[in-house]
Amino acid sequence: MINFDESIILIDLEKKTKEDVLREMGENLAKKGLVKESFIDAVIAREVEFATGLPTKGVSVAIPHTDVEHVNTKTISVATLKDPVDFGVMGDPEDTTPVGIVFMLAMDQAHDQLSLLQRLMQIFQNEEILAYLANEKSKTNIKNLLAEKLDFALEGGEQQCLKRNRS
Amino acid sequence: MSKKKQVLIACGAGIATSTVVNGAIEEMAKENNLSLDLVQIKIAEVGSYVDTADLLITTAMTKKEYPFPVINARSFLTGIGVEDTKKQILEELKK
Repeated sequence: MINFDESIILIDLEKKTKEDVLREMGENLAKKGLVKESFIDAVIAREVEFATGLPTKGVSVAIPHTDVEHVNTKTISVATLKDPVDFGVMGDPEDTTPVGIVFMLAMDQAHDQLSLLQRLMQIFQNEEILAYLANEKSKTNIKNLLAEKLDFALEGGEQQCLKRNRS
Repeated sequence: MSKKKQVLIACGAGIATSTVVNGAIEEMAKENNLSLDLVQIKIAEVGSYVDTADLLITTAMTKKEYPFPVINARSFLTGIGVEDTKKQILEELKK
């Protein structure tokens, strides 16, 4: 089951540092009970140790995440940043990249979300979709686009953990 | 018959990026008729494989020295430079 709705989409988040971005997104998830309180510090610490910024052909993105034990319900929180915030580049921590969209991954099981993650990476390889997401002000439009692109609705037969949240 | 090459696929948490890279390497191995022993781990676990691994493919580059080559796998996530990375991996595996 993946929990995904407007309440975990943040538009034009105005923060100066990656820590502040991660804290705001993490606190929102914790408030909704999707992650434990411990997720917030864990995701910040993980970002410092293993940066997740990804330069793309368009808007740079980041995919902060941390260990499964901090997660209650699998979800992806999305934030568009009002002004880009520097994140370390994955695999090249001495470099930074100005990130415009953050996809915070709260995964509750290791190794079993391949198709979901592959579809997410396909979005990162499509600069038009990235530009749309970065500029879109409607949470519902972002939710609908991502639900379609990430194919949440069709996961059921393939991987039971990704069944559509019908509640 | 030569022994299957052991390829470590590592990221910080062992849950997200290594999963994607693992999928990409599986596909690449199939296309090239390579039979590989793929092991998906956290970067912190690499130490347990120093005696057995032939190659480390990772999105969490470290400054540590290993007795096997290390290849940065970020291109599998962004698509930028992915053909070069694949070529680099194939060259290592054919050695």
